[in-house]
Amino acid sequence: MSDRLLVEARGLTKTYPARNGTPPFHAVKGIDFELARGEAFGFLGPNGAGKSSTMRMLAAISPVSSGSLSVLGLDPAGDGPEIRARIGVVPQDDCLDRELTVRENLYVYGRYFGLKKQMINERIVGLLAFAQLEEKADAQVEMLSGGMRRRLTIARSLINEPEILLLDEPTTGLDPQARHVLWERLYRLKHDGVTLIITTHYMDEAEQLCDRLVVMDGGKIVAVGSPRELIETNITREVLELRFPVNAHAQIGERIRDAALGERTEVLPDRVAVYADDGEEALAQVHAMSLEPITALVRRATLEDVFLKLTGRSLID
Amino acid sequence: MYRRTWRATIVISVVNPVLFLLGIGVGLGHIVGHGHSSLLHGVSYSAFFAPGLLAASAMQTGWIEGGFRVASAAGWIGAYRSAATTPLEPREILAGHLLFMLFRLVTSSAAFVVVMAVFGVASGWWVLAALPAAVLTGLAFAAPVASWAVTLSSPRQLQPFFRFVLMPMYLFSGTFFALHQLPVALRAIAYALPLSEGVALCRSLALGTASLFEVAWRSAYLLVFIVGGVAVARVTYPRRLHP
Repeated sequence: MSDRLLVEARGLTKTYPARNGTPPFHAVKGIDFELARGEAFGFLGPNGAGKSSTMRMLAAISPVSSGSLSVLGLDPAGDGPEIRARIGVVPQDDCLDRELTVRENLYVYGRYFGLKKQMINERIVGLLAFAQLEEKADAQVEMLSGGMRRRLTIARSLINEPEILLLDEPTTGLDPQARHVLWERLYRLKHDGVTLIITTHYMDEAEQLCDRLVVMDGGKIVAVGSPRELIETNITREVLELRFPVNAHAQIGERIRDAALGERTEVLPDRVAVYADDGEEALAQVHAMSLEPITALVRRATLEDVFLKLTGRSLID
Repeated sequence: MYRRTWRATIVISVVNPVLFLLGIGVGLGHIVGHGHSSLLHGVSYSAFFAPGLLAASAMQTGWIEGGFRVASAAGWIGAYRSAATTPLEPREILAGHLLFMLFRLVTSSAAFVVVMAVFGVASGWWVLAALPAAVLTGLAFAAPVASWAVTLSSPRQLQPFFRFVLMPMYLFSGTFFALHQLPVALRAIAYALPLSEGVALCRSLALGTASLFEVAWRSAYLLVFIVGGVAVARVTYPRRLHP
């Protein structure tokens, strides 16, 4: 493994053993990926795709079932504590001590890493500034908003100055403004050279944050590439979305599909999507068939469309 | 952490036992009369009752710290999940929490012993010997309960155990009356209960009537529960924290 590679996974699987009558569960079914220093790497997929299981294995808090995994050149099976000392984890549910203050949360967590008292207190100053929580330093976590708590969780994960930061669904449950604040903070980290690994089921988040990502479905990787590459290799430049009256929807959808307007037509429960490099032209053809959609929208193709094509399903069910 | 949250625990570990001690020990003790019954080993009812309650309170503290605190740390509070992502290993997290349980048991039992002395139900310096016995009793519950609680998804799942096992044990372990008052059939079961051992150990030490042999085998009995609990927890903790 070269110095540049921080993570390398080959044929990685995760199977949870049968327990209390439930059959064994194959969460991750043999995936390969690698990750270079300084990258922002994303796992995109719906719930149950195996993203969180993969993250837990990367964080050395869940044993690998089979295949090989190396993190920072170390083996999670034998070097768990050493790996965990050099990475940061932002769990999906913040897991903060709500009865303690912001500062105390950072301090206690730093002690878990065996850091010296003075060093922790020095780092807390910078982390409070980073998380824009200086004014809330002595407020109880209970009193913070969801966005502030998430920023605190990220600040906490940085107490050991990690080389890799793992973020599991970092903006789930946050309002749009809080999301943008958080994204901006994450760009800062990336700019400072921290390698980011992010799981998300939001395509906009993946497009915003990730240099490179893998699309996961059913425990497998179905595509790898930069957001732009994934869109270019899998899908047309534009998408025409049409809505028709409910009772005529299916039948009209069939007609458009048979007319083969663009590269591909997808008849979805609520709309018909025509994938074409020129959406306006496809719309003109629809009108030429003397069809009158209730709404017609031409937009650029997104990762959501890639995901739909690759898996036949929508990201958020 | 505990420096900020200790106030609430004082109520359950100190104030409740004090109220019990006063209400039952002094109130009921007055009706029962003083030292006339051989059942009471020839002491006043409150002197008989107080060491028993010391053991029962330690059990309760062990139950709360090993049960509810562990289940919520593994579940919705997530204290274990956040600690698990640090260099700490699950067994170190277990050891740390057991140490805290030990601290809680020592401090709350010590507070109780002080209360006993203040209310004059301690018969001499022997009462100090009951302190380690109470701590041992508390740990005999805290460790096995923790090994189970860490596997639960919600602290609510602890409730049936409290209602159907712990409450009856609380009442039938010789805290409130002498076990040989019970019918023969019940007596065998009652003597085998771990709390009965804790109560008998605390009482014989507090009254200064303990023999070395008795102390040794009752302590050994409680130690089996502690060692067994820790052994199981050393399997269940990694299983939950590193799934």
